[in-house]
Amino acid sequence: MTQTAADLTPAVHVEHCMGTVFTIDLRDPGLWDDAISAVVAWLHRVDAVFSIYRDDSDISRIRRGELRVEDADPHVAEVLDLCTVLQAETGGYFTAFWDGHLDPTGLVKGWAIEHASEFLHASGCHNHAVNGGGDMQLAGEVAPGEPWRVGISDPQDATRLLTIVQGRDFAIATSGVAERGTHIINPLAATPARDLASVTVIGRALTRVDTYATAAFAMGGNALQWLEAQPGHEGLVVAADGIATPTSQFYAP
Amino acid sequence: MRRVIAAIASTAAGLVMLLSFKTHSPTAPTSAPAATSATTTGSSSSPSTNSSTSTSAATTVTGDASDTRYGPVQVQITVKNGKITNVTATQYPSTDPRDQQINAYAIPALDQEALQAGNANINMISGATYTSDGYIASLQSALGKAGLA
Repeated sequence: MTQTAADLTPAVHVEHCMGTVFTIDLRDPGLWDDAISAVVAWLHRVDAVFSIYRDDSDISRIRRGELRVEDADPHVAEVLDLCTVLQAETGGYFTAFWDGHLDPTGLVKGWAIEHASEFLHASGCHNHAVNGGGDMQLAGEVAPGEPWRVGISDPQDATRLLTIVQGRDFAIATSGVAERGTHIINPLAATPARDLASVTVIGRALTRVDTYATAAFAMGGNALQWLEAQPGHEGLVVAADGIATPTSQFYAP
Repeated sequence: MRRVIAAIASTAAGLVMLLSFKTHSPTAPTSAPAATSATTTGSSSSPSTNSSTSTSAATTVTGDASDTRYGPVQVQITVKNGKITNVTATQYPSTDPRDQQINAYAIPALDQEALQAGNANINMISGATYTSDGYIASLQSALGKAGLA
């Protein structure tokens, strides 16, 4: 079996989907065109089923009362069940049912990325990253013996990175407001979350990591204490005054 | 409830697959990955290991335009000898005075961050907000095209 130099070059694919940009970065030598195509098709299928901005999506039709969950794409039931689980785990700070409107958007992107990563692994690509707008699942290593390194941007000074996380087989997500103003609602208080500048969460799998970051951001002053209590997850909480505080095991001993 | 269990089981199965490949990592499966104490303020960071695509002449690579809800963002990088030497935003939202005011701050600042990111040898950036997401996505696209990502 001969391999050309092109076979050994990491394959990076960029795809616009779900109102953001996905980077699919495959680090194993090989020809991954089919796997990349499958991941791209998966992401667009998820968007077609779950987008609240598309009138013909399953979610939009469910919202209008035109479609029952049990008649929708089977992934809808899976996602809504996960939303229920995550709503309970976060004490209601994550919800797909706020203000009477079904909106699982906050969970879908991370869930789609986690599944894409599992698919790539099952396809034989054990070293890769799937990144959707700065929230990502990282598998294996960036190169033999080298862990993935992810910078966390400072929400108050974009010229700085707060720190660098490195590791193998992990997920990382950041929720915040940075320069664009508030866009996360505290569903329990029904007011915009304003106490924090950003929350970054790291853990094994992006569905939980991403949802936890959103929920912790909405918690405000209780975010750090709550993250501390979540097994397998660590976080970096940046208060509105810019003070960044990690959970106790965020930095390895 | 059965669907919940099935979903969790399938996720767990995926995790087991991932973890079973973890031959290099000595960390326990339940522990979160460790953060390094590295900062990006110094200029003495180790040289990039992604320098296999070295060229003697500087080349410019333009990332894909990234759509944000405020408009498209597009980033161009200059690469010399496998290192990023310059990053500019060639396109960013400026549809109203508020956007312009925000971006006048955000984009040049992010340019500097991207340069520091290049020096720090990081693979990805995790951050919040639409415009910086778009910027990062376009930057990562350019890095990918340049063979640096």
